Amino acid sequence: MSAISSNDLPTEAGVAPVASKIRADRVSVYYGEKRAINEISIDIQANQVTAFIGPSGCGKSTFLRCLNRMNDTIDICRVTGSIVLDDEDIYDPKVDVVQLRARVGMVFQKPNPFPKSIYDNIAYGPRIHGLVSNRTDTDRVVEASLKRAGLWEEVKDRLLDSGTGLSGGQQQRLCIARAIAVQPEVILMDEPCSSLDPIATARIEELIDELRKNFTIIIVTHSMQQAARVSQRTAFFHLGDMIEYGDTEQVFTNPAEQKTQGYITGRFG
Amino acid sequence: MSDEHIVKSFGEELERIDQLIVEMGGLAETQLASAIRALVRRDAELANQVVDGDARIDELESDVNERIIRLLALRQPMAGDLRVAIAALKISNELERIGDYAKNVAKRTVVLVQSPAMPATLAISRMGTLVQGMIKAVLDAYVARDALAAEDVRLADQEVDQLHTSMFRELLTYMMEDPRNITPCTHLLFIAKNIERIGDHTTNIAENVHFLVRGEDPDGARPKRDRSSSTMVKPASSAAAAGTSGNQ
Repeated sequence: MSAISSNDLPTEAGVAPVASKIRADRVSVYYGEKRAINEISIDIQANQVTAFIGPSGCGKSTFLRCLNRMNDTIDICRVTGSIVLDDEDIYDPKVDVVQLRARVGMVFQKPNPFPKSIYDNIAYGPRIHGLVSNRTDTDRVVEASLKRAGLWEEVKDRLLDSGTGLSGGQQQRLCIARAIAVQPEVILMDEPCSSLDPIATARIEELIDELRKNFTIIIVTHSMQQAARVSQRTAFFHLGDMIEYGDTEQVFTNPAEQKTQGYITGRFG
Repeated sequence: MSDEHIVKSFGEELERIDQLIVEMGGLAETQLASAIRALVRRDAELANQVVDGDARIDELESDVNERIIRLLALRQPMAGDLRVAIAALKISNELERIGDYAKNVAKRTVVLVQSPAMPATLAISRMGTLVQGMIKAVLDAYVARDALAAEDVRLADQEVDQLHTSMFRELLTYMMEDPRNITPCTHLLFIAKNIERIGDHTTNIAENVHFLVRGEDPDGARPKRDRSSSTMVKPASSAAAAGTSGNQ
C-alpha cells in the first residue's frame, strides 16, 4: 500500500476510487521559524472516517486545525501549500472563514458546551448563519440535530436546562449535535473521547459510524484501538511528517513502514 | 523486530509463545524421527514411547492457546504482534496434528512388528526423513522470520507427494502378489499416508510463516504431485506384467 514520501500523493493500487472531499497538497505549517509539519499531501475521502494517529507533538492536531483554518487564530502560525475542499482552495483570500467553519465543523477534546440552555447550544449556530428564520424552524433543527447525535431521548424533557449540567458523554454528544446543526460537510474531531468513560466512548463511536453516511469525518485520536474501530482510513504522523496513509485494516495488520509498526505495537522510543 | 516493547512484560509474553512453538516443533520432529526409527528397526518399545510422548505436545498446544487468548484479551496486539499471535495459534494447531500422525505411525508399528518385514519400509523411511527435514527447515524459517526459506519448504512437499504416490502403487502390488501381505501393507499404506499428511501440515506451517513475515498469504497455488487418490493398479494378467501397470 501507500508508503508516502512527503511530496507524493498516495497511490492506491487495487482500491476502488472514492470521491475525495479534501485534497491537501504539500502543506507545511510554521510556528514562527519552526516548521511543525512538513509538506503533507493527503486525499481525504468523502463519507469516510479518516483517523490521524501519532505520538504527541507529531503534528496531527496542527494539520487537523489547518483544515478549517483554526490555525489562523494563532498569530505566529503560517501555512503553506494548498488545501482544496471540493474544488475550492480554502486558503484563498476570498474565502469567508466563518462560512468555511460552518462547512467544516469541529468537536474538541474537552466537551465545551456554551453556558446556555441545551436548546440554545444547538440553536446558536443555525441562528447566526441564518439557517433558521422562526421558532418552528429552530425547534425542528434542534430536535433533528439532537436526534442525530443520539441525545434527544435523554434531554427532550429538559431542553431549557443548562448544557453544562449534562454528564461528560452527554456534553460531548451535545457538542456534536451543535456541530451538525449548521449542516457541515466535514466534521473534525480532536480526541473527542479522551475525557469520556468507555460506555460514553462507545456511544460516540457508534455515532461517528452513523454520521459518516452524511458527513466526512476526520478524527485525531491517541487511542489506536479507537482509530482501528471507527475509521476506514488511517494516517500515521511522526515528527511533522506523514509516514503512512492507507486502509485502516492494512495499517493495523500489515503496516508498510517500520515506524508505523513500531508506534502501533508500542515499540516507539 | 529489533526494537523492544515499551511494556517489557508484553515482549516477554510474545517471546515465551515463540519459545513454546519452537519446543513443540522440536518435539514433533523428534516424535516423527523416533516413529520412523521404530518402524525400520521393528522396535515396539520405542514405538510405545512415541505413543506416550504425544501427550506432551498436546499439553504444549493448550498452553500456547491459553497464552494467546490471554494476549489477545489483555494486550490487544496490533500489526506484527497480531500476526505473531495468529500465526502461533495456527502453527501450534498444525504441530499438534503432526504429533497425532506420528503417534499413529508408532501405533501401527506396534502391530507391524508382529508380521514379517516388508521391503517397502525403506522407502517409507526415506519419505519420513524428507518430511523430518521439512519440519526442521520450517522451524528454522519460523525462528529466523524467513519467508523465502518457508517458501522452499512449501515447494519441497512435491517430492513427498511423488514418493507417496509411488509407495501407494508399490504396496498395492505386494498385496496382489500375496493376500497375506494385506494386513501389513494396509498398515504401511496408512503410515505412508500419515507421513504425507505431515508434509501437508508442514507446508501449512510454511504458509503461516509467510503470513507472519509478510502479512499476506503466499502467492499462487502450491503444486501438488500426490496422485494416489487417482491411482489404479490393475491385477497382472500375465507373468510379464509383474510390476505395476499404473493408470493415473
